[in-house]
Amino acid sequence: MSTLSDPPAESFRLSQLINDKRYRSITFQFIALLGLIVVMAYLGWNLVQNLAAAGLNLSYGFLGEPAGYDINQTLIEYTSQSSHLRAAVVGVLNTLLVAVVGCFLATVIGVVVGVLRLSKNWLVRKLMAVYVEIFRNVPVLIWILIIMAVFVAVLPQPRDFRGDNPEASMLWEAFAFTGRGFYSPRPFFTAEWAAGGTGWLIVIALLVAGFFGARALANWATKTQEATGVRPTTWYYTLAIWFGPLIIALIAMGLSWEMPELKGFNFRGGIFMRNSLIALTFALAIYTAAFIAENVRAGILAVSKGQTEAAASLGLRPNRIMNLVVLPQALRVIIPPLISQYLNLTKNSSLAIAVGYMDLTGTLGGITLNQTGRAIECVLLLMLFYLTISLGISAIMNVYNNAVKLKER
Amino acid sequence: MNKSVFLGALTVAGLAAGAAAAGTLDDVKARGKLNCGVVTGLVGFGAPDANGEWQGFDVAVCRAVAAAVLGDPTAVEFVPTTAKTRFTALASGEIDMLARNTTWTFSRDVDLKFEFVGINYYDGQGFMVPKELGVSSAKELDGATICIQTGTTTELNLADFFRKNNISYEPVPIETNAEAQPLYLEGACDVYTTDASGLAATRAAFENPGDHVVLPEIISKEPLGPLVRHGDNDWGDVVRWTLNALIAAEEYGVTSANLEEMSAGTDNPEINRLLGSEGTLGEMLGLSADWAKQAIAAGGNYGELFEKTIGENTPVGLARGLNAQWTDGGLLYAPPFR
Repeated sequence: MSTLSDPPAESFRLSQLINDKRYRSITFQFIALLGLIVVMAYLGWNLVQNLAAAGLNLSYGFLGEPAGYDINQTLIEYTSQSSHLRAAVVGVLNTLLVAVVGCFLATVIGVVVGVLRLSKNWLVRKLMAVYVEIFRNVPVLIWILIIMAVFVAVLPQPRDFRGDNPEASMLWEAFAFTGRGFYSPRPFFTAEWAAGGTGWLIVIALLVAGFFGARALANWATKTQEATGVRPTTWYYTLAIWFGPLIIALIAMGLSWEMPELKGFNFRGGIFMRNSLIALTFALAIYTAAFIAENVRAGILAVSKGQTEAAASLGLRPNRIMNLVVLPQALRVIIPPLISQYLNLTKNSSLAIAVGYMDLTGTLGGITLNQTGRAIECVLLLMLFYLTISLGISAIMNVYNNAVKLKER
Repeated sequence: MNKSVFLGALTVAGLAAGAAAAGTLDDVKARGKLNCGVVTGLVGFGAPDANGEWQGFDVAVCRAVAAAVLGDPTAVEFVPTTAKTRFTALASGEIDMLARNTTWTFSRDVDLKFEFVGINYYDGQGFMVPKELGVSSAKELDGATICIQTGTTTELNLADFFRKNNISYEPVPIETNAEAQPLYLEGACDVYTTDASGLAATRAAFENPGDHVVLPEIISKEPLGPLVRHGDNDWGDVVRWTLNALIAAEEYGVTSANLEEMSAGTDNPEINRLLGSEGTLGEMLGLSADWAKQAIAAGGNYGELFEKTIGENTPVGLARGLNAQWTDGGLLYAPPFR
């Protein structure tokens, strides 16, 4: 807007706003903006007026009231007496869990498939093409339902593990794969001072320390290599830095395992991964991976063949050509569409209710909306959340994109 | 945020369109068709038959209202609604009335601004389990995985019941009855819970209904009935008294078999007023004099509808129980037609 005040005042006439090329575009943009504001204001006013006419009012007071319903998977403490707000937070965390695990899995599968689609092996190439075409051309909701149905129908139910001569049995007496989900042993600490969260904080701290220790060691090795031309062998030091303190700490804290056990209707104890979580995450991951694979393939093809040939003439093996020459350059093409795939996966996770997974759409946008009848408030909150999370993912990925993109100096 | 305000406003613009049009009765007459919200499919209560015709106990209420208002029981546009979409559909004016085993609760009546016009089925929440589990009481369900239809009163009742008895459970929320069935049958949940009538209807659709039992505990009161939007009392009266006419017809012995004979005039002035040969009740409602006769002719009186759709001789096999006339020890009690 500074251009408006820059020219000398005496030479400015009102007609210039239309006739002068310098101002015309600004004038039109201003009018368009004004129009947009008027339309928004009308819709907003309409909303308030009509709500009042129907005897309803916009209020978020219900968020503080007890929710009254139970949620099966809760990452934080929650009972039916907790507030609707807490139920919404439980939903947010469940959504984020699916999104994070799903994005990670989709990236791994997508990159592998994308690279294999360019394989010289005819069979591998065609198999990957079939995978991509099948998965990206069938709606993700169908995949979620299919995977859940297969899961429930094929795997044995807990009741099949019962009796003297059961139809199904646990793997090494520690893992149980049932139609309701997977049960595995849960580690916990027997030492009193490490009980609760303290033990896990120590473990995380040691892992972080191990990461920085290993990096320092690698830096030292690189420096030595640059100085002497010989890279010292460090892998056993690295292993020791990573795992030495960790193992000592785990023994000191008395690491023990809680085994899942068949009690009553279900297995009890251990870690329980629900069928809904697994089916949803897996379906979203393989569906999105098909798109990511195409992005990766496009990215690799975008790197000129001369690069590969130049690297080959330097004597690099195909593996190293891919990792050191092609992929780093391909990343510049891959990252921007990858961001939108991550966003898609996160938003698609709102299909969770199809398999009974309680994500945000299931808690705030589902049961809370229904029990309180506050549809508009809940939907506005839902949109705000998905908007925030999507912009957050975009921001993080853009930072990464700026780090890998071609630096113009 | 711009976008969300816009969409929110759109939602409400639709909502307001319904609320502003107060004269539902005139709308229905002008349209020549009644838009009636029903379940997406629950055998006995509301489901399309082999010919695609909607049949069932709740569906019959829609047909009776259409017959009373328009003189034609087939002039109904059935709008299938899920537990989640039903209230929005009614509030927005997409449907004129909702006859979809919906529990009458305080907050729905007062806070959500609806008008429950009566009760056509007295129900309560029950549990169904496979026989092979050997469970005989709901209190033995500690640790069980339970399939619930989400968006209903049942999930709140369930939470309360298990909290009160201090036992744990694992809820599996399901969107519709049809999705819950395979999960329950495959054993992904041990128990299926919903209104006892819904359980009976669901069980009737199983291949081997005998392998499943409904536990004796009824953990809640679920008065089910048709509802309309709050504020349009004329329309509310039409639906309320159509339902009452069906109930009263059974009490006075008016059936689809003797309807013609009775409507010519009887010794009982109450029947005469109901069927329109005496008095001006139809006119007061803004309907024709034979409105109640038309409503009863649509499918019979309350008792006939019950026997035809969910009674003991149908696959659903429900006993009258609380839903018998007050003269037979039940709770059905239509106010006088006078």
